[in-house]
Amino acid sequence: MYSFSKKLKISAIVFMILGALGIAYGFLTIPNSIEEVKQLTEQQNQGHNEANAANVIEQNPNHAVENGKEVSEAAKTEHLTHALHSFQNRPYAAIFIAMFFFFMIALGTLAFYAIQYASQAGWSIVLFRVMEGITAYLLPGSLFILAFLIISVANGHYFYIWMNPEYYNPQSELYDEILVGKSWWLNVPFWMVRTFIFLLGWNIYRYFAVKNSLAQDAGVDLTHYKKNFKASVFFLLFFAVTESMMAWDWIMSLTPHWLSTLFGWYVFSTLFVSSITVIAMVTIYLKSKGFLPQVNNSHFHDLAKFMFGFSIFWTYLWFSQFMLIWYANMPEETAYFTPRLLGPYQLLFMGMLLSNFVFPLLLLMNSDFKRIPWFIISTGIIILLGHYVDIFVMISPATVGNHWQIGIPEISSILFFLGLFIYVVFNALTKSPLNAKGNPFIKESEHFHY
Amino acid sequence: MSNKTLQAIFDDDDVLLSAVKDLRAAEYHIEEIFTPFPVHGLEKAVGLPNTRIAIMAFIYGVIGFSFAVWMMNYMMIADWPQNIGGKPSFSFAENMPAFVPIMFELTVFFAAHLMVITFYMRSKLWPFKKAENPDPRTTDDHFMIEIAVADDVNALEDLLKKAGAKEIKIKA
Repeated sequence: MYSFSKKLKISAIVFMILGALGIAYGFLTIPNSIEEVKQLTEQQNQGHNEANAANVIEQNPNHAVENGKEVSEAAKTEHLTHALHSFQNRPYAAIFIAMFFFFMIALGTLAFYAIQYASQAGWSIVLFRVMEGITAYLLPGSLFILAFLIISVANGHYFYIWMNPEYYNPQSELYDEILVGKSWWLNVPFWMVRTFIFLLGWNIYRYFAVKNSLAQDAGVDLTHYKKNFKASVFFLLFFAVTESMMAWDWIMSLTPHWLSTLFGWYVFSTLFVSSITVIAMVTIYLKSKGFLPQVNNSHFHDLAKFMFGFSIFWTYLWFSQFMLIWYANMPEETAYFTPRLLGPYQLLFMGMLLSNFVFPLLLLMNSDFKRIPWFIISTGIIILLGHYVDIFVMISPATVGNHWQIGIPEISSILFFLGLFIYVVFNALTKSPLNAKGNPFIKESEHFHY
Repeated sequence: MSNKTLQAIFDDDDVLLSAVKDLRAAEYHIEEIFTPFPVHGLEKAVGLPNTRIAIMAFIYGVIGFSFAVWMMNYMMIADWPQNIGGKPSFSFAENMPAFVPIMFELTVFFAAHLMVITFYMRSKLWPFKKAENPDPRTTDDHFMIEIAVADDVNALEDLLKKAGAKEIKIKA
């Protein structure tokens, strides 16, 4: 049995408190009026005038004329209103990014776990309890997501702009035929129902899979194992469909004019590689504390191979999405990449390639390196940071636009959800023995050797 | 020391492995082992050093990558930078995404093919090479250990018999 170390528990709680304070600070410092935004933008412009070049590429054509030329008062106000909404979105975006990041780790771990069951893998059984512990975050994570989405609906249409009823009103100046065409899918009731079904389905599988897995420990026959095998197969079918739709609904709909057919798989690759990394890191931590005597460095080697392989898979999807749009250069598609490739997100957009592709590629290529715990941990930290930035670059351009920063709201949100994640996961690990001894493949897994 | 070779034939890979361990413990020098299929752990039991072919493959990959970058920079940017469908041919970086598929394929091409050729050269394999198996059965279902021996072979023969050898021949 694992016992939650005092030090870790206290640091998790401290993270949560610090994070909550920082999040509150983020909400309290939102500018409330156009006047405040004026001051804020002037301060920013003094700091970096060279960034003005990037400002030209803002999506709204009204912004483009701003530099040097005379601009009408109406356009100026419109610009400032737009900026005000961006500033107001910032603490929401910071929470959403961190919240989704930790939620997707739990969800990806669940998918990895189901794959191990459905493929009858022989090596990973000794890691099952670790994975079950990590997926314990799924339920609190889901509740946070659900609460956030309900608040974003109740709070008006600044976060998900397609919720603005003006777009669907033929009398309005904002009337948007493209959004009207999509409204059979993108409407609030259907959207909420879908979200609810996704979260419910994933949590039901997690509940029964863990229950059966624990029951199998005491079992004399393989009833529970077989139940889990079937459940995993059907969960994977369900997951493959719902994960894609989740990516459209929660992330792609932030830019409702833009679409990409492989976006769902792209989000999946981010989610999957991050969760394998977290499985490896938690396993190495528990092993170093002496709680997993049955895990050997061949298990680390396999996990590191998955980290390596899926980092490359992520790059493949990232590049496939980017290159097809860059190559054809169709205006309605490139609008998505303009702020990311040429605009204010360039550094993050190119930087994450370094940490999500180049580092894992070079650091984890060598077979010997994949067995060294500190090597896996340090590569893992680079990969996780990179995938946080990946989510950041997916969400921020559509919500906070040019006014992005990594400041107190962002770091506090990470701290809060990191603390919650650590607390929930390691608390769940204390609940059951760390060896799934009833599993038919456990002997093979204990003797696994590569 | 005369140039005699002892050939011991086995019909089971587990017996072969334990015989190899016995021979190593008794400090006999194993010349060669012939098997019809890869026996897991044999190279460790014999004490062969690790292969370096993966390192060579990495180096070949780097060469292929560099070749692709040089080739496309020369052809598309330096030599004749045409405007082809509005693609920015001003610098390599600006047009890089269009080159990535070729860079990737040439990296894989160089790494794979040069590694295979290296393997052929290092293991001396080519189309008209004379086959070297001392006993045709070793390609089907028998295993053979070749040991260089001095004049006194009795002790070695005893050891091999005890280890489970089916047949022992001595070739001058």
